[in-house]
Amino acid sequence: MANLTIKNLKKSFGDIEILKGINLEIKDNEFVVFVGPSGCGKSTLLRSIAGLEEVTSGHIMLDHKEITDLAPAKRDLAMVFQSYALYPHMSVRKNMSFALELAKENKDVISTKVAEAARILELEPLLERKPKELSGGQRQRVAIGRAIVRQPKVFLFDEPLSNLDAALRVQMRLELARLHHDLNATMIYVTHDQVEAMTLADKVVVLNQGRIEQVGTPLELYRNPANRFVAGFLGMPKMSFLPGKVTAIDVASVTVELTSGASVTLPASGENLRKGSAATVGVRPENIDVVEPSESSLTGYMDIAESLGSDTYCYVKTDGQETLTVRMPGNFACNYGDRIGLRLHVDECHLFDEQGNAVQKPSRMAA
Amino acid sequence: MLSLKQRRSLNTLLMGVLAWGVALAIFFPIFWMLLTSFKTEIDAFATPPQLFFSPTLENYTLVNERSDYLHFAWNSVVVSFGSTIIGMMLAVPAAYSMAFFETKRTKGTLLWMLSTKMLPPVGVLVPIYLLFKDTGLLDTKTGLVIIYTLINLPIMIWMAYTYFKEIPKEVLEAARMDGSTLFQEIWRVLLPMSKGGLAATVLLSLILSWNEAFWSLNLTASESAPLTALIASYSSPEGLFWAKLSAVSTLACAPILIFGWISQKQLVRGLSFGAVK
Repeated sequence: MANLTIKNLKKSFGDIEILKGINLEIKDNEFVVFVGPSGCGKSTLLRSIAGLEEVTSGHIMLDHKEITDLAPAKRDLAMVFQSYALYPHMSVRKNMSFALELAKENKDVISTKVAEAARILELEPLLERKPKELSGGQRQRVAIGRAIVRQPKVFLFDEPLSNLDAALRVQMRLELARLHHDLNATMIYVTHDQVEAMTLADKVVVLNQGRIEQVGTPLELYRNPANRFVAGFLGMPKMSFLPGKVTAIDVASVTVELTSGASVTLPASGENLRKGSAATVGVRPENIDVVEPSESSLTGYMDIAESLGSDTYCYVKTDGQETLTVRMPGNFACNYGDRIGLRLHVDECHLFDEQGNAVQKPSRMAA
Repeated sequence: MLSLKQRRSLNTLLMGVLAWGVALAIFFPIFWMLLTSFKTEIDAFATPPQLFFSPTLENYTLVNERSDYLHFAWNSVVVSFGSTIIGMMLAVPAAYSMAFFETKRTKGTLLWMLSTKMLPPVGVLVPIYLLFKDTGLLDTKTGLVIIYTLINLPIMIWMAYTYFKEIPKEVLEAARMDGSTLFQEIWRVLLPMSKGGLAATVLLSLILSWNEAFWSLNLTASESAPLTALIASYSSPEGLFWAKLSAVSTLACAPILIFGWISQKQLVRGLSFGAVK
């Protein structure tokens, strides 16, 4: 069992407040990913949970036991560092058994546990090697092995894949996901890579400037972002934003006039909107179609098209000088400067008010 | 015109000659001291200096009769090893806290410590002499150990600090997560990781303490005088006896020279640590 509760956690370095009151509930066996741009406080939050940073105020509770001021070693957590942080003077075996030796475990128990971890991570042939004789991926596995042997209540990962090359990163990502299933352990994972967040997480915590912007499953966050920040952060390529003005508010729809003059009517509850106030329409690349200029009121020019084989990402400049990203099939052909029309899938579009908060959709309110 | 290849090999040759020249210039006084120690006093005084002569051991016999070499050598060993051990026990924790728990004042503290080395020692001779006299430390090995520890401590802390700075903080944090106490973290992770640099620190402290002359001459008489004081005692008022002085100097230098020769690999690696990566 491992339930982690964080209550109103604050952390300042001098005058700079890094964490501005974090409240979070992490359940047993959950894979939680902290994601956000650099400097958002995600690493500080993880290090505070680990006990490597002293917090300014607030509480951290593990299974209803206060651990806020406990030494890192007494918290029953294991951490995997971005730089691996292996002990360079110890063999792989020693690296993995170090914590157990410090805990004065029985010798036979230690060798069984190390052998088991080595088997899971396929490190058996490397046990007598020193870290410097290993590749990046192998080092990373040793670092994970060092955490596994301790059978901690919670695993903490601090950007563990960012030092690996792209191919290895994908492979290790799969291994981590598998490991989470096999070990049935609670894991907290910090990354700035939204693909890692989307693929690994049971629950994503989006952080920005020391605050939690939104918590939810990856798809919840993708489909119903609470604000412009979350909407823009998740998704690849990014969501396009079209600034505009509210021109009509109906029972279950809102009409927005974009800078280019085109009007868009979206299903949205306009309760908190006023006619004439500024609003932003957010639309994901997969929710736009390229059509003939005559078929749409939203028109523009093709800027650059990136062909990835499976898809083509088209970057379009509208007549109102807005930039849009459109995802088209891989066989889509177009030229720089082509005049095109754009059709938005209005049901899938997002509407944000002046403050950048998402305007709820009527269907979701009904449900 | 020389080709690029020829110019390069000429450069290598010139650098080689220069390096040998510098090395010989540095080594020459030691060589001459060794040579003179095997001359008679008359040969030692001869002008022009003689490179070829009939060697004799009489200087060494005389030195051995006149003074108890082993007594002084033992004092040197006790004082240099004693001050180095105590110095390291103070320098490692000090450097640890400065390297891994840096505050706004750390850099200032380091500079201030080093600045004490810039003071001419003679400036504090009288107060220290009086302190030693009042506390009964004059002409004691304890007194010398204390003063050597204090004069070498800034350099030892500074060196250890530099080596610790090279060690990634995460490794120590990993040790902390793994459950090590502060002592285990230092003893089982930090020290093994910086052993090359710390060995150089130890060697340097030993060499500096062994060769120190100012304080040993002023604070000791005979009971706890180290080898440096023995050398000085041969520049006697009745005139300089070059051959005997050379013999005693050779005897005083020999142990540390041999020691340095054996450990030179460690020393060079430690002193150039961080410079070459």
